Amino acid sequence: MSEPAGSVRQLATGVTAEPAGDAQTEAELMTINFGPHHPATHGVLRLLVTLRAEEVLEAIPYIGYVHTGIEKSCEDKSYWKVIPLVERMDYLAYYFNAMAFCMSVERLLDEPVPERAQYLRVIHCELNRIHSHLVWLGTSALDLGAISIFWYCFRERDKILDLFEYSSGQRMHTRYIQVGGVADDIPAGWAEKALRFTEDMEERVGQYEAILDRNEIFLQRTRDVGIVPQQRLLDLGVTGPLLRAAGNPWDLRKATPYSSYDKFDFKIPVGTVGDCYDRYRVRLAEIRESCSIVRQAIEGLPEGPHITTNRKVALPPRHELATSMEALIHHFKLVTEGFRVPPGEAYVPIESPRGEMGCFVLSDGSAKPARVHMRDPSFVNLQALREMVVGGYIADMITNLAMLDPILGGIDR
Amino acid sequence: MPDATGLELIAHDLREQVPGSVTGTQHHRGTATLVIDPEAVMQVLTWLRRTPNQDYHFLASVHGCDYLPHAPRFGVHYELLNMERVERLHVKALLEDPGEPELPEMDSVAALFPTANFQEREIYDMFGVVFRGHPDLRRILMPDEYEGFPQRRDFPMGGEPVLFTHNEHQTPRWYE
Repeated sequence: MSEPAGSVRQLATGVTAEPAGDAQTEAELMTINFGPHHPATHGVLRLLVTLRAEEVLEAIPYIGYVHTGIEKSCEDKSYWKVIPLVERMDYLAYYFNAMAFCMSVERLLDEPVPERAQYLRVIHCELNRIHSHLVWLGTSALDLGAISIFWYCFRERDKILDLFEYSSGQRMHTRYIQVGGVADDIPAGWAEKALRFTEDMEERVGQYEAILDRNEIFLQRTRDVGIVPQQRLLDLGVTGPLLRAAGNPWDLRKATPYSSYDKFDFKIPVGTVGDCYDRYRVRLAEIRESCSIVRQAIEGLPEGPHITTNRKVALPPRHELATSMEALIHHFKLVTEGFRVPPGEAYVPIESPRGEMGCFVLSDGSAKPARVHMRDPSFVNLQALREMVVGGYIADMITNLAMLDPILGGIDR
Repeated sequence: MPDATGLELIAHDLREQVPGSVTGTQHHRGTATLVIDPEAVMQVLTWLRRTPNQDYHFLASVHGCDYLPHAPRFGVHYELLNMERVERLHVKALLEDPGEPELPEMDSVAALFPTANFQEREIYDMFGVVFRGHPDLRRILMPDEYEGFPQRRDFPMGGEPVLFTHNEHQTPRWYE
């Protein structure tokens, strides 16, 4: 596994040009393009795969097909206009993108977030985590040939999107998390709806398990597939459910509790073997833990403002504009110019559904960031794909790719 | 993350081990930053990873940035993490801009931290920093034949013609 990637390229591209081994074996090698347009690549991922019959000898990812230069565009926007842009990177974890960015800016501003806002962020992030895992479960099972679970997962996902729409007006890319808090308080009746959903969801997870856990095909395709030693995963920078499935209980929500995560009682599910089956079990267990966090956060939701009262950072309430000159000036300055951030650099990591999502913000003292970089977990985790698939069958490569859960919007940014 | 005293101790030990490696330290908003000489990056990161009581085994992120109009112009940032102590250390290497046709160079750390492979390729792609000894230094997000380094601050935003069949003859180098 430690062979340098230079020889990798030679093997993949020079199969016919320079046979490395004996001519008999080389003649049977086949190099094919897997993707970029293939439903099992979960986006626009291209893999150059070298096969000997059905055995994968080499798999090199080629990415960048949906690169849209979001990080560059961010440099031309004032801080609060960057939020909708970063939300479109990892398009299944939009609350997490916005959260990482806002927390970086808050660190530079040294702006505390009200406790109610922290709880509301946690509630929405955990709902987003369930949503992301549901899309992952549905599409992954679809890759393995189980179509009914896809419809069940998307049924529950739609209920989460309804909740997002109810609290923010948007189903996806909600722009709910703002610098200094959240955009608005939750509307009347939202909390009861969300509580009912979490109870419903826990029952549904049991139903998913009933469909998949004793399914002979599913078990054969996932058990003992794609095992990579824990130390190798750490060297490759892999975080999130992939690392936890290999037995390392590393979760930033517990290790460095941010946004009041230390107030909630939850467990970190870990695997024992580190195969694709463990990855599936860890994510399903995480859905249950997220339901529990949402319930605790709603039941313990403190009173108070939903966004900071610092008018230099957050917009004044709408009703003040009619009566207060001061509020009107602040509103005007924030909308036209935005707020200025003192010079400095900040890197804030949070635990996204796929691992450590870190946002690096460099400020030069103006109203626009000089650099926004998102350390996307999918981008880093993709490096582990080669180690998972080489030596296995091509069908196992599909399983591995599905259980890796790459989001190409986040990889290419 | 190490407190201000801990950071100074690390800097002191590093200066003894590798003379001239640490050019400065910053402790700002709870982030401990070690500013290092880019030529010593491999020695510094090896020391931080291998020395007992340091044990920064996990490289969370590598990213670049362009400090234009300040000099030195380019920065390559390493976010190190010790999972046992839950300590983060931010290591920053500052590189001078050698002028137009030449690209800034520094050593790759991919041999020490395999995770740096993709991330160094991204920095090369976006800022044009060449990593010596990288196993496979190619563009990663932009097309292979792309010219220029788009994340540099002096790279213009927009204005690039989109290639369609009707205008491909007017676009330079269409025949290549």
